[in-house]
Amino acid sequence: MIEGIFVDGMIFSIMVIGILISFRILDFADLTCDGSFATGAAVAVMCIVNGGSIFLSLILAFLAGVAAGAVTAVIHNRFKIPGLLAGILTMTMLYSINLRILGNKANVNLLGVKNFYSEASVSFGSLNGPWPAFFSTLIILLIVKILIDVFFRTDLGLAIGALGSNEQMIISYGMNPSTLKIIGIGLSNGLIALSGGLFSQYQGFADANLGTGMVVQGLAAIMIGEFLFSSNRISLITLRVILGGIIYKALMFYGRKYGSNIGLTANDFKLLTGILVIVSLAIAKSRDAVSSNGAKRKAMARSKVRKEQEVSEC
Amino acid sequence: MLKLKEISKVFYPGTVNEKMAIDDLNFSIKKGEVVSVVGSNGSGKTTLFNLISGTFPLTSGQIILDGKQVTNIPEYKRAFTIGRIFQDPTLGTAANMSIEDNLITASKKGMKGLRISLNNERREEFKTLLLPIGLQDRLKDNVGLLSGGQRQALTLLMTVMSKPKMILLDEHTAALDPRNAQIVMELTRKYITENKLTAMMVTHNMKAAIEFGNRLIMMDEGQIILDLSGKEKKSLTVEKLVALFKDIKKKEFASDEGLLNA
Repeated sequence: MIEGIFVDGMIFSIMVIGILISFRILDFADLTCDGSFATGAAVAVMCIVNGGSIFLSLILAFLAGVAAGAVTAVIHNRFKIPGLLAGILTMTMLYSINLRILGNKANVNLLGVKNFYSEASVSFGSLNGPWPAFFSTLIILLIVKILIDVFFRTDLGLAIGALGSNEQMIISYGMNPSTLKIIGIGLSNGLIALSGGLFSQYQGFADANLGTGMVVQGLAAIMIGEFLFSSNRISLITLRVILGGIIYKALMFYGRKYGSNIGLTANDFKLLTGILVIVSLAIAKSRDAVSSNGAKRKAMARSKVRKEQEVSEC
Repeated sequence: MLKLKEISKVFYPGTVNEKMAIDDLNFSIKKGEVVSVVGSNGSGKTTLFNLISGTFPLTSGQIILDGKQVTNIPEYKRAFTIGRIFQDPTLGTAANMSIEDNLITASKKGMKGLRISLNNERREEFKTLLLPIGLQDRLKDNVGLLSGGQRQALTLLMTVMSKPKMILLDEHTAALDPRNAQIVMELTRKYITENKLTAMMVTHNMKAAIEFGNRLIMMDEGQIILDLSGKEKKSLTVEKLVALFKDIKKKEFASDEGLLNA
């Protein structure tokens, strides 16, 4: 079962990398995610059901996400609406659009249809059980991670990073911040939808409600990752996001497994995730306090030593 | 280089807060001129800089920059010609990125592509450039770790690297202690002379204003009330400047004198 957690976690961490781009790198609180995850799932499932190739289904899911993100960015740029509201608008509109994509059905399943994971079992024929799913997901995740790492070291990627830190600087060096936001939020939602596309094939169905609460779950994973180690290198940041995503999924899995003993049901997990984010924030704050207390103690010790030296010199 | 024709800026028009910030101002500056701008708080110096760089639109008038009509051109496009440095050291650099990443982003104006320009050759180049401000060994450190003086010096370096034709300095040493302010001022002079830049500098330090550049303008209530260059500028002293100011305004500036001290 442990492989199941990894597959789930790896699919999930592709989405978390998307959330990392909007929330952490661009400093743009983008809630489009809750809609675009389901959009990716819907597009991928409908593509396969209608005879499209599996590869095409993932590409289309990614592009649908890019389009959704671009809509949010354009609403934000054009009408000077705060990013948060722009994201909520797109997310709400996407709910209707997702139902349209699914042919006005709340969910469409992939029973008996060739999909990414059924094909993976065939390609990795020598392996059995959940391992084909594990390795095929790992390959996709590594490709995404490496491409993102490289992207954020290009001049364009660095400019997007600078935009999140200081918009005036981008303007001062002759770049249009609106264009950069479209690229950044587009990429972010592209990854989120790609994750949705994979997720639907793993679960075997797409549902219009699939994305609900994804932003908060993603943030929880990012924060868990931030507890692991700190770095300003993009390759380590994406690595810790992936680890955070897997740990989050493991926590949820064991929560579900043993939670029933204390009367928890699957319905309680959104509440628990929210509490997890709040606790993470609280821990991060108290860690700061602890380290500044440590600095205070050291400073006091230093001044004590100095005073003693002065006394002995006298 | 820059020509301002009858420009005006009214804030909050049609409300009780309506304020005439720039009032029918005409001004032009030739290539290579270095102008210091003085005036009390609220006299319109920063608004003037905001209008020149395009942070907000004019109420009326025209701006011609480097021979081109830029009145309705957005700020990021004007930035190809103008480099601007703010009083706040945090506005010029990206705090959560390393020094080398900041430098590579600033090294060329305009939209960036999917190339990785940062290589060891560029790093060596950056080290040489960073030598005068003593940051040559800290390429990989985040800019947020630097002091205000170091950040402002880095901003100055980055601005010059991006090769603007004109720089606007908005009290860029005001947030620094006297020693760091002096270092940044020296660098400013050096870069302006080396690159033959056209420059405008706002300052509240009368002494710095007199020592800096070859022209001085004084602003009050959205207008230029004094414009000195050549010999007049050279022979200027702080006392003379304050006297001139009082003379023109013909009123006592008990409060302003405090702001205009050397």
